[in-house]
Amino acid sequence: MCRECNDKENPLSRADYVSVDEMRNIQLTKLKKIVRHCYDNVPLTRLRMDEKGVKPEDIKTLEDMRFLPFMKKTDLRDEYPKGLFGVPMRDIVRFHCSSGTTGKPIVVGSTRGDLDVWIDGVVRSLVMDGITNEDILQVSYGYGLFTGGLGLHYGGEALGCAVVPTSGGNTDRQIMLMRDLGVTAIACTPSYFIHIMDEALKKGVDFRKETKLRHGIFGAEPWTDEIRAKIESVTGIEAHDIYGLTEVSGPGVASSCRCHSGLHVFEDHFYPEIINPDTLEPVPDGTWGELVFTTLDRFGTPMLRYRTRDITRIIPDRCDCGRTIRRIDRISARTDDMLIIRGVNVFPSQIEAGLMTVDKVLPHYHIYVDREGDLDTIEVKVEVTADALGDQIKSLELLRRTIAEAIKKIINISIKVTLVEPHSLPRSEGKMNRVTDNRKK
Amino acid sequence: MKIKQISLFLENKPGHLNAICRTLAKAGINIVTLSLADTQQFGIVRLIVEDWERGRDELEKAGHVVNVRDVVAATVNDVPGGMADLLDAVGAVGVNIEYMYAFSFRTNDKAILVFRFDDADKAIEALKRIGADILDASTLFSH
Ligand SMILES: [Zn+2]
Repeated sequence: MCRECNDKENPLSRADYVSVDEMRNIQLTKLKKIVRHCYDNVPLTRLRMDEKGVKPEDIKTLEDMRFLPFMKKTDLRDEYPKGLFGVPMRDIVRFHCSSGTTGKPIVVGSTRGDLDVWIDGVVRSLVMDGITNEDILQVSYGYGLFTGGLGLHYGGEALGCAVVPTSGGNTDRQIMLMRDLGVTAIACTPSYFIHIMDEALKKGVDFRKETKLRHGIFGAEPWTDEIRAKIESVTGIEAHDIYGLTEVSGPGVASSCRCHSGLHVFEDHFYPEIINPDTLEPVPDGTWGELVFTTLDRFGTPMLRYRTRDITRIIPDRCDCGRTIRRIDRISARTDDMLIIRGVNVFPSQIEAGLMTVDKVLPHYHIYVDREGDLDTIEVKVEVTADALGDQIKSLELLRRTIAEAIKKIINISIKVTLVEPHSLPRSEGKMNRVTDNRKK
Repeated sequence: MKIKQISLFLENKPGHLNAICRTLAKAGINIVTLSLADTQQFGIVRLIVEDWERGRDELEKAGHVVNVRDVVAATVNDVPGGMADLLDAVGAVGVNIEYMYAFSFRTNDKAILVFRFDDADKAIEALKRIGADILDASTLFSH
């Protein structure tokens, strides 16, 4: 059940509570406008709409959206750097980039209004988390071309928080400032927070006693409920999930509320659809599929039906918090991350979920995929903790077997588990890469 | 009469055991004895050192996870059956030996056995009854 869902009176969150009819009207009005804008200003969209025989005036209802062409990350890459911009350069006030795993980065340009829309999403996310102008917010996301740092920075300031712009890195200083300034909320990737948590424990810093930290706003990489539970139990904070992507703005496209059951989409700005990634047809609410966004309020780099490659579903029921804006389920899988092992689809998040069911294990692991002969193999390296160590080989062997069985139970594939020394696996201060696929070499 | 033993996780890779010894040497901590239990993949190093608390702290500072356990050290007479007498004594009271290792000091001809019992107190009692010489930390380190 939700804890304190009493922000209905907060004018910043007004749009979270409008009636469904009113929301659909707002969306339809904005959709017609943005489709027209794209058709008139983005040559690639015009070309594709012409190919499909769709004109802006054909969009008469929200359902008509299904006639519009999709956008993909490869389009952003192919049109690098500014081919998808929808306004003249004098109206662009900021660039952001997101690095791809291969080749060129993708570039988005934002107008002043686009940035305001983005920040509105961040502010509403923070309000949803129970954060107010009384809070001291440490932003430990990287600042710069990545949207995490500046997004939370300006969102925090707009809400009136005292922002501590530490950016990523220098973990000792992060902990010192957190303690000395009385930081109450931190925003970073979940993997970086786990790193901070570890370093603090190593120094003997007890989060509950020596810091005022109450909230963590985590995003920019898929993470599981099991990790959330771990973070909350070790530090005593409430861990919130913020979702977003550079292609449609940045963090603050969707956010968990204090009921912690899914993420509310700020759908007055970002219209969500779920499609079957094979047929590309929209699926009914409740069905899992690929998340697609149409940016209703972005003009600098507008996106019609942008395919996120994230897998989720629309949660059909109304949330206990009373918000009317729709929810998506937690995103713990990204189609990009999917591994095909001996013909079976495996997501790293499934391996993590299995691992975290085992007691005494900290979430420091790395997945290695390889091929021996014709057979795909998975090895999971897990760092040993003081709790798990004991003084006997047999207890470690038992731990190894327990982990392997817990993972097998979820993915139905036998894996090799290797215990490794603490602090021997790579750490990340930004987005974490936990998979090395040697088959691609 | 129990002695603190510290144990560490170790990957079976060249240089890893050296690093542990070097960390202790740098801090001026004497290793009384060291034993290694291992599999192909990893091992556990068990150490008895002078000043185990500082030893633990130094090793933790160097990034190791350290576990501390009570063990019992007893001398065994260098005569046939000396060892069997000890084992019989603890077996008779139903105490299990989880593992053991032996070492000796040059200065006398007695071997020292280090035991990890599932019930150390009961084992000590039984060993005392047959007149075994159980070492406390100060005698162990004075050798
Ligand atoms: Zn809610």
